[in-house]
Amino acid sequence: MRYLPHSEAERKKMLDVIGIDSVDELFATVPKELKLREPIDLPPTSPEFEVEAHMGALAAKNRTGSDGPFFIGAGAYRHHVPASVDHLIQRSEWLTAYTPYQPEISQGTLQMLFEFQTQVAHLTGMEVANASMYDGSTSAAEAILMARRQTRRKKILLSGGLHPQYRDVIKTYLSADEGLVCFDADPKGTAQIITEIDNDTAAILVQTPDFYGNLHDIKALADAAHEKGALLIVVVTEIIALGLIEAPGALGADIVVGEGQSLGNPLGFGGPYVGLLATRSKFVRQMPGRLCGQTVDSEGRRGFVLTLSTREQHIRREKATSNICTNAGLCALAFSIHLSLLGEMGLQKLAKINHANACKLAVEMAKISGVEVLNSTFFNEFTIRVNKDANSVVNALAGKNILAGLPVSRLEPAKKDLENLIVLATTELTSSGDIEALVSALTSVLSGEELS
Amino acid sequence: MSMNSVGRSTKSDQVAPSGSGDCSLLPAEPLLFEIGSTEHSGVDLPDIEVDDKRLGNFRRQTPLELPGLSEPENMRHYVRLSRLNYSIDAGLYPLGSCTMKHNPRLNEKMARLPGFADVHPLQPVSTVQGALGVISELAHWLMTLTNTSAVAMSPKAGAHGEMCGMMAIKAAHAASGQGHRNIVLVPESAHGTNPATAAFLGYKVVPIPAKSDGTVDVSAVEEALSADVAAIMLTNPNTCGLFEPDVKKIADAVHKAGGYFYCDGANFNAIMGVIRPGDLGIDAMHINLHKTFSTPHGGGGPGAGPVVLSDALAPFAPVPFVQKSNEGFVVEEHGDGNSSFGRLCAFHGQMGMFTRALTYMLSHGGDGLTQAAKDAVLNANYLKARLQEEFSMPYGDQPCMHETLSDDSFLEGTGVTTLDFAKAMIDEGYHPMTMYFPLVVHGAMLIEPTESESLYALDAFAQTMLDLAKSAKAGDVERFVNAPTKAPLRRLDETGAARNPVLKWSK
Amino acid sequence: MSKILFSTDHEYVDAEGSAATIGISNYAQDQLGDIVFVELPQVGATFKKGDEFAVVESVKAASEIYAPLDFTIVEINEALEANPEQVNSDSMGAGWLIKVSLDNVDQLGDLMDEAAYSAHTS
Repeated sequence: MRYLPHSEAERKKMLDVIGIDSVDELFATVPKELKLREPIDLPPTSPEFEVEAHMGALAAKNRTGSDGPFFIGAGAYRHHVPASVDHLIQRSEWLTAYTPYQPEISQGTLQMLFEFQTQVAHLTGMEVANASMYDGSTSAAEAILMARRQTRRKKILLSGGLHPQYRDVIKTYLSADEGLVCFDADPKGTAQIITEIDNDTAAILVQTPDFYGNLHDIKALADAAHEKGALLIVVVTEIIALGLIEAPGALGADIVVGEGQSLGNPLGFGGPYVGLLATRSKFVRQMPGRLCGQTVDSEGRRGFVLTLSTREQHIRREKATSNICTNAGLCALAFSIHLSLLGEMGLQKLAKINHANACKLAVEMAKISGVEVLNSTFFNEFTIRVNKDANSVVNALAGKNILAGLPVSRLEPAKKDLENLIVLATTELTSSGDIEALVSALTSVLSGEELS
Repeated sequence: MSMNSVGRSTKSDQVAPSGSGDCSLLPAEPLLFEIGSTEHSGVDLPDIEVDDKRLGNFRRQTPLELPGLSEPENMRHYVRLSRLNYSIDAGLYPLGSCTMKHNPRLNEKMARLPGFADVHPLQPVSTVQGALGVISELAHWLMTLTNTSAVAMSPKAGAHGEMCGMMAIKAAHAASGQGHRNIVLVPESAHGTNPATAAFLGYKVVPIPAKSDGTVDVSAVEEALSADVAAIMLTNPNTCGLFEPDVKKIADAVHKAGGYFYCDGANFNAIMGVIRPGDLGIDAMHINLHKTFSTPHGGGGPGAGPVVLSDALAPFAPVPFVQKSNEGFVVEEHGDGNSSFGRLCAFHGQMGMFTRALTYMLSHGGDGLTQAAKDAVLNANYLKARLQEEFSMPYGDQPCMHETLSDDSFLEGTGVTTLDFAKAMIDEGYHPMTMYFPLVVHGAMLIEPTESESLYALDAFAQTMLDLAKSAKAGDVERFVNAPTKAPLRRLDETGAARNPVLKWSK
Repeated sequence: MSKILFSTDHEYVDAEGSAATIGISNYAQDQLGDIVFVELPQVGATFKKGDEFAVVESVKAASEIYAPLDFTIVEINEALEANPEQVNSDSMGAGWLIKVSLDNVDQLGDLMDEAAYSAHTS
């Protein structure tokens, strides 16, 4: 087997040193009846080319983003990743290093994390960010637990614009306890969450741009929350948006969580992605996840270490702030490399292109008979109501090789008022040709007899 | 002869700042924020104007203050930084409990096929049959290796997997009117995540002491069992690197008392293809794909922690799960109307890790995985045999599994601590082993070579370790207390970092 | 003149009537190593003997501090927020943790005097 170095002669030599005749003797402490008596029922060792053929055949059964027009977003976005990002993250020293527990020989990872934390803080307008979480959805759940610890209150208000799967993750993390109040799905982004905030409220959680694409008045939400001593958690699933819309931190958000996939990380069928979590310095002790801090070595040279680790499970055990252990190191690296390639100038340009493409698409959609654009504001994603069942429409368009956005009913089944909604996203990769193809195909599907 | 008059100045007062940090090929590197500029960018994009019509009043006013780097600057920054890291590719990485094995590059190549990398998690299922096929095949391998009937694929890491398994246990108790059970038994040698997970779910953690031979005391478990015990969380092989010989007795006792057996699968690498956890009576076990199945550690993630489940817990598995139907694969994304405990993350879990792990499994085959487990155990026992004369191995009279454990009694009176010893290993070109874990052994040193190491590499490592031990005993304290001296940096001031946290760059 | 008493969990109590100052012993600070953070309760909070009322953290450990008797918090040592190292340098002085009003002065009888405590720690 190509990954196992020993020859049989070497194995024998090692057994001699140990002073036994067979490897089986090393399993002597295992009761006999617990050991497999026959070889495990799985295929044998395969050469590389056979594995490649097998995996290649599976890959070929998937329709890729570049196979035709593509308009799906809803928490994962198809952006271009510069070639050098993927080259760099495959370097041995990044790819095959462990968590930087030995800072003297891990300064690469540690300095990168320090830079990542700074980038996320600047992007979100917050004072401090951690070294990444699993993904946006779990970051949102962790932010809620953090807000409860910080305020010692229980009530949580989830806005109706929150990604439905994020809402479901939060419900699961909180075991749907009595403190959790979920607002109904709010495609137009007009529901009044503010009036529900009371003196028992730990936090309100609002996504912007929300699941349906709407932008929200963070300042008003923050003021209302703070008046009652509650925290405002802002969720951003399309991080490119912060190149064009105001940083939630500058508007009063207390915790900003995000999905960082859009920078540096491919769609990859949903993971691994990179969760972002940023907050105010005064809440840092209640923050989950790893933190990297600056210090000096014994000769006074600048260096970086993991710090404030007493919050974490390997020390606090049952009293830890969270059970999160790993972060998303390599995805955070990809995020950081991509963002440093873009820089301020590049990110702003990228955000504007994303927005302009969505504006163009919205104008075209509004012209189609049987289509209504619901949003008054959006970044690169918005919701349309069609005059037929959205799921059937999307499937019909997929049959024409157009991935036309997400039918809301896939994530919110059995809700009559959501059955005809489709969430559409554009990015810098959306071409005018893609938009024309969608317009023409959608017009035909909605007007034709293909669907009843 | 002519003098080179255009080269570097030879006058001492004109020496430019050292570009190498006086360390030749291990350069110090400034921060991105010190070398970048908001005027630089490594991405070419047109600058278009957009109006505010669709942006409401929310256009960004706060400066981003994000420096950019052109592509050559960017490449150099991250290449130079990378050279300050130790890595598996560059050397033996004996971190016990972490399974730092070789990461095959075929895995990376397969994960990057556009058919996997450029696919959206919410595409119509008819367009992602290959992706669902990967999940289904990986699930088959995991269930076969563990002799279980279900697997929850979505947990994003080992600790997330623990949460998944314990939530399934909680849901199962609630469904059978046993919701009052509020105690989880956790051996003292457990990973910190175990008690953290149990406490997170509202359970009271009752520690179970270890016997003097490092394994769990069955009678202590039996004594702790009651009608209030929901589960036991046991690592097997345990964190001392030992197989729990009474594991089946423990499982039976827990089941008899109405509890479930959660197994921490962090150490599955020692037994895959040799012992199936399902045969040991486990009800749930997470499998760290980033340990056992070679997905890269990436400097601390991403991981992946699928959880295999027994028949009793399978109905409570989280969404989503993939099923076969007449029209191919379908994916159940909603828990409503069934007994699933809910959803642990958006989308389908760590798909990129699934692709890599499946590639790894197909490469090995069942026979290769079995051989890998045996070689991992052989390598650990070989090191144990080589090191035994100088180190103090508390459970040295029995074979270990895939990792071998020493305490610090061999350093007694030398003035050298476990930490000093570890730092001296850095000067010898090795990443240290896991230190001060498990907590049940004083000054623990937990060494896991994995199956990836050749005999040559093991001998070289053993030689270095023996030399260090002898040197400590011979009184060469300087070699230890000042170490490392040859790494890019000396020991760092962690106290200062924690007292006055500086968590981001500022001008 | 007040008399300093100690608990088996290494807290000291410097009581005068029902008013007392509580901190951790010099022995305890030495065992904990460099202290980097002290988490203190809120003024007005009440604790029963055995309750956890504070956490003292070093780089690698977090130690819960338990109430050696029943009390109500009157004042907390806010200087420790910026200078937790005072617990190391002067645990019995500037490194005090809380000032309290004792709810049951009889419990003082359960504590050790300095001689008994030093025997306990030796």
